[in-house]
Amino acid sequence: MKKLMLGNEAVARGLYEAGVKLVSSYPGTPSTEVTEAAAKYEEIYAEWAPNEKVALEVALGAAIGGGRSFCGMKHVGLNVAADPLFITAYTGVNGGMVIGVADDPGMHSSQNEQDSRHYARAAKLPIVEPSDSGECLEFTKLAYEYSEKFDTPFILRLNTRVSHSQSLVELSERAEKDVKPYEKSVAKHVMMPANARGRHVVVEDRLKELSAFACDCPFNKVVDNNTKLGIITSGPSYTYALEVFGDSASYLKLGLVYPFADELIKDFAAKHERVIVIEELDPFIEEHCKALGLNVEGKNLLPLLGEFSQELIAEKLLDKSAEFTALDEAIPVRPPVLCPGCPHRGIFYIFKKLGLYVSGDIGCYTLGAAAPLSAMDTTLCMGASISALHGYNKIRGEENKSVAVIGDSTFMHSGMTGLVNITYNKGNSTVVIVDNSITGMTGHQQNPCTGFTLKGEPVHGIMLENIARAAGVADEHIRIVDPNNLKEVEKVLKEELNSGTPSVIICRKPCALLKYVKHEPALKVDTDKCIGCKACMKIGCPCISVVNGKAKIDATLCVGCGLCPQMCPKDAIKGGM
Amino acid sequence: MGKNIMIVGVGGQGSLLASRILGNAVMLEGYDVKVSEVHGMSQRGGSVVTYVKFGESVASPVICKGEADIIMSFELLEAARWLPYLKKDGTIITNTQQINPMPVITGAAEYPADLVEKMRAKGVNVIAADALSIAREAGSEKAVNVALIGLMSHALGFDRDTLVKAIKMSVPEKFLELNMKAFELGEAGSAQ
Ligand SMILES: Cc1ncc(C[n+]2csc(CCOP(=O)(O)OP(=O)(O)O)c2C)c(N)n1
Ligand code: SF4
Ligand code: SF4
Repeated sequence: MKKLMLGNEAVARGLYEAGVKLVSSYPGTPSTEVTEAAAKYEEIYAEWAPNEKVALEVALGAAIGGGRSFCGMKHVGLNVAADPLFITAYTGVNGGMVIGVADDPGMHSSQNEQDSRHYARAAKLPIVEPSDSGECLEFTKLAYEYSEKFDTPFILRLNTRVSHSQSLVELSERAEKDVKPYEKSVAKHVMMPANARGRHVVVEDRLKELSAFACDCPFNKVVDNNTKLGIITSGPSYTYALEVFGDSASYLKLGLVYPFADELIKDFAAKHERVIVIEELDPFIEEHCKALGLNVEGKNLLPLLGEFSQELIAEKLLDKSAEFTALDEAIPVRPPVLCPGCPHRGIFYIFKKLGLYVSGDIGCYTLGAAAPLSAMDTTLCMGASISALHGYNKIRGEENKSVAVIGDSTFMHSGMTGLVNITYNKGNSTVVIVDNSITGMTGHQQNPCTGFTLKGEPVHGIMLENIARAAGVADEHIRIVDPNNLKEVEKVLKEELNSGTPSVIICRKPCALLKYVKHEPALKVDTDKCIGCKACMKIGCPCISVVNGKAKIDATLCVGCGLCPQMCPKDAIKGGM
Repeated sequence: MGKNIMIVGVGGQGSLLASRILGNAVMLEGYDVKVSEVHGMSQRGGSVVTYVKFGESVASPVICKGEADIIMSFELLEAARWLPYLKKDGTIITNTQQINPMPVITGAAEYPADLVEKMRAKGVNVIAADALSIAREAGSEKAVNVALIGLMSHALGFDRDTLVKAIKMSVPEKFLELNMKAFELGEAGSAQ
């Protein structure tokens, strides 16, 4: 049966067909739907871990235990999981293991552009890269087979375009795999120096075997069309190149990117007068070709930054530019904004009003950095809001004028260790946790605080206030507020900033997009009372604009959250229509 | 025959149903197809785009400047933003609904006036209609997707039966009648 499937869904289907037993992941665009789709198969145990390091360790434990396992993350997640990643090469697996990592060239939804292939080389692990949904399914299944054969995890490198494009895939049945027997092996699984020295030998030997395998494996493919132009490529770049050159070029499409198929590459290069490497981000394949002494082109013609497309390749390699029509005037940009009724809006207005230094973090609330709220000084990496504020305050001593702001999922991911650092090291900083009871930015995943698992089972949700208490914050400095009550938020914030002791303020109100959140009827501006002062517009709600000198609320968008009436000096905004 | 279709709008407007219907229609016609969506950050009220490409065989999932046969837009400014992606002789099908982007809300920019007329003045085929009103007339604002599919039906050139079947495959049974009505009202709108 053929089905139109998202690349991520096809990976999940591959997990199902390969008989995978366990999936543990942390969400991150563009990888999230792999795990969401895997969770829909009853045969697969699937969970959201609090962060990627935990997820990878869970998957490794399952593989050592003899079951096929998977863990998925976005590119930056692999930075968090790098410690166990490197160890997996030494321990090897028992049941097959695949680590799915999705890169985001062009940064559609990321804080940096990062090329995960470097991790494969650094950790000495094989990495495979599909080009479309069909290959997502096929490569996933093959990766499990060879993971067990070579006793190593495989990295499956995805990419925004592959993850989030649908194409046709051929479905098969699940091949159920029994859990393999577990044999205790201290030399293989206890990584202390004496054992690890022995395992490093295994790692290097395995890499050599994999490199030979790469020259004759089902992942790599040569399409021989002529001897003039040869293109070495992988992943989505292959589809762009195909669209531009069709059969006027030959292709070496690397599905198993590392370890390199040296003989295959040399052979292909020798057969073509001109060889160009087409790869997004870093010159990973190109540099290796050059190290092999081959005369190839690549980044001398194509950019290091951003996403490729057939337009870009035609322009850079054939000097062809697109023909198109455009209007003469500038079209205003449409950046993302906090949703109407978003519970994060009010606190950022208060931060700005009080002129605070805001050590920010990653989530929907990062949008508090944008105009008109403009209330964020830094956004680094997940969890860094709290730890970096501590460093800032140790240098500047501005505890009464600075806060960290972090979401519930991000706090559980890697914020709580920063809080422990503050209390332990005699810091006095104020941490605001914006608890909207969900992992919002990545499309609403459950987390340890929400009371539900990935599979939708109810559990005892962890209370953030209990973690704050356990971390050593005094009870009277753990405050819980309704973020839509602006007066209260301002009062509590001022008290804690001046308290001279570590404090945690939990802004608790669920995300406006959650199904169980009931919306109120749209509010309306009384145009007789409105003086056109634009005070209501300071909170940056996309429903409010000024028409003929008076505020106007778009009734199709407003969810009646009640925030804007608190801004109006003339009491002109009222409920009901 | 193959076509490149772009579905554009504002994050949160819910264009997923439109791309699902198109995907199903194309499969029924027996074409190879690729559909590329954007998830993540821009879903929060940003400018969003979905590419639907079909034909004998489709390589790249993305549509570039000057390559789209049809651009279907849920919002007027977005139609103008993505205009450069339209092929010569391509068609824009746009909802006339206007949603102000943040720079317009804060007063840093203005929402350009007379966009439909300006696009037509450039020689672009534009089918513009108030799809929100059509959907309301059919019974629910949520039927905007299907109203726009109706407006697009002539430009698409598929058998009517194929589209109807694809709609039936894609919407829940209890909303079918309402959506069929929105489709028919859209169809009638595009004939004018
Ligand atoms: C290491 C890492 N993993 C995953 C992500 C993707 N990501 C960005 S924000 C976020 C969590 C947001 O949830 P929360 O903190 O609850 O804030 P909300 O979006 O709900 O406001 C995730 C998973 C990331 N940027 N970095
Ligand atoms: S998804 Fe929820 S948390 Fe994110 S911006 Fe929208 S309302 Fe706010
Ligand atoms: S009540 Fe005011 S702030 Fe809240 S969604 Fe409506 S217009 Fe926006």
